[in-house]
Amino acid sequence: MSKFITILEGLDRRWIFLAMAISVAGPILYIGITGKTLPETPTPTARAVYKEIEALSPGTPVLLSFDFDPASGGELTPMATSLVHQCAARGLRMVFIALWPLGPQLIDETIKRVILADYPNLKEGVDYVNLGFQSGNESVMKVMLTDFAKAFPITKNGVAVGDVVALKGIQRVDNFPLLITISAGYPGAKEWIQYVISSSGGKIKMVTGCTGVQTPGLYPYYPVQLNGLLGAIKGAAEYESLVNSSLAPKDSSAAVPAKYLEAQRRMGPQLGAHLLMIALIILGNIAFFAQRNSKVRATS
Amino acid sequence: MKPSKTWVIVVAVIVVLVGIRMTIGQGMARAYVERIDQSVEVKANDTHGASTEKWTEWHPVAPKKFEAAQKADPSQTKFAFSWANTIGLWLAAFFTLAIFSFLYRDNPGYRLAEAVIIGVSAAYWGVIGFWDTLVPKLFGALTPNLVHDQVLPSLPAPTNGQVVAMCFALALGLMLLMRLAPKGGWISLWPIAFIIGVTAGLKIVSHVESDLVAQSIATFKPLVQPIVSSESAQSGWMLWPTIWASFANILLVIGVLCCLTYFFFSVEHKGVAGRAARVGIMYLMITFGAAFGFTVMGRVALLAARIEFLFDDWLWLIDPAGKRIVEVASAIGSMLC
Repeated sequence: MSKFITILEGLDRRWIFLAMAISVAGPILYIGITGKTLPETPTPTARAVYKEIEALSPGTPVLLSFDFDPASGGELTPMATSLVHQCAARGLRMVFIALWPLGPQLIDETIKRVILADYPNLKEGVDYVNLGFQSGNESVMKVMLTDFAKAFPITKNGVAVGDVVALKGIQRVDNFPLLITISAGYPGAKEWIQYVISSSGGKIKMVTGCTGVQTPGLYPYYPVQLNGLLGAIKGAAEYESLVNSSLAPKDSSAAVPAKYLEAQRRMGPQLGAHLLMIALIILGNIAFFAQRNSKVRATS
Repeated sequence: MKPSKTWVIVVAVIVVLVGIRMTIGQGMARAYVERIDQSVEVKANDTHGASTEKWTEWHPVAPKKFEAAQKADPSQTKFAFSWANTIGLWLAAFFTLAIFSFLYRDNPGYRLAEAVIIGVSAAYWGVIGFWDTLVPKLFGALTPNLVHDQVLPSLPAPTNGQVVAMCFALALGLMLLMRLAPKGGWISLWPIAFIIGVTAGLKIVSHVESDLVAQSIATFKPLVQPIVSSESAQSGWMLWPTIWASFANILLVIGVLCCLTYFFFSVEHKGVAGRAARVGIMYLMITFGAAFGFTVMGRVALLAARIEFLFDDWLWLIDPAGKRIVEVASAIGSMLC
């Protein structure tokens, strides 16, 4: 036992890195080869996101703000895909904006991956529009509260917003009944709550998908100021399973496309990594208490 | 830095494994593109007549499509191997591995990747700042005709108020640059004071509304929260949901009060106050644990995304999206299933 404790105490941290790499890579290989994913049971926060979108009637405008960049893509891209998938299936008018400089490219990729691939009947400028990036962080949000066209005067493709059918009837941000933000930090979900939701007097509802780092800070806002929350990759996987099960044709056994299973695929590596973390915490505690006991014995 | 023997062995093993992988099955890490011919009708105006502008775009495509097209017609030109995208793919794999190599120890590959990230990010921010902020907002207001004719034909003409505001912003921006001048650095204090004042003004109101008032209201919860079945409203409370909802509300109220007591230093933390503060510490510890757990989950998701990229796009070991026809892994998959 004491030899084992000595080994633990002097363990090179690179062995832990190697164990983490194996615990993540192993499930990726297994899931990638077999196509099997872990089952998901949606929690109330993920169900709330689904319900808020489902409650809107077809043709209702929704504002989708892509406030992230590729650095957070591993967590947030699956959410973006599923959110746009549900909005497109519901027939909502999707108005995309970005408060992060790399957001417009991620919007284009999502449009290509979901709308152009699976909903080719939806027309750009009529059923959806990408308004691109605006610098200014919170000030853009404040301007949108009084004059939406002032904050976003032209689309990403350079068309004046006055000529865009998808923006018909939109003068201010509170003309959107629902705001969906996919958030990786500042500016993001917290700022939308502070500057738009608080000032709109309940006219606009908001749901968000955010990174794991942001999630604990956003829970206090749910469910009063925030109507739905997808926390990290777990929230993405729950919501993804909910959307997939609701959109799957009842009389078909066709497999769900891989792009709509991205978050569920990532839960396998999560399981491996978390099991390793738990094992390391237990081993660390065993080493700590054994060391403390031996010190006590030595002093007495 | 002289590389250690172990380091050389690790790199050599990786290179050998990648070399072996390249010779198995269809090989690995190749990118293909599809040629799409585009055209647009240009209407006649005062300076030129009607015309048709044509150009060719090359869009990334799955290797499966290229293989199928080649099989049907080996002389086809619609799909092609892309050197540029393939080099990009290899560079992405190299930089991913270079960043990961820091886990072993600092090395020239890691430092190269780090320098490239910093350089590219700085350049990207510079370009974004110029084209997305200076051109549409500053030049669009001060030289609207130039911007309208040369860059953004749809940009609305600025109002007088916008022009005045942009002159003010330009002046503040130039004053801010005085920080770099050998003399007159104090001039930059004025725009800094302006920025701090505006930011504080914006934030105070929103924080009070959303974080103080709204959060205080959200804390006023009934200690007994009756839950009635939506299906049979007349049948009374649902026992277990009512107990759980009430328990959650009680925990919330106790947590808020105890955490506030912990941060209340005007009273010595003894007796009732001491016990409440101790409970507050426990709540805080649980909160930190939950935050740590979420952070771990986030970081593992990012790691999984990069490893998935290496296995799927680079090594062609897995193929969740069905981008390729025959895979080394598919044979193993059929055995496992």
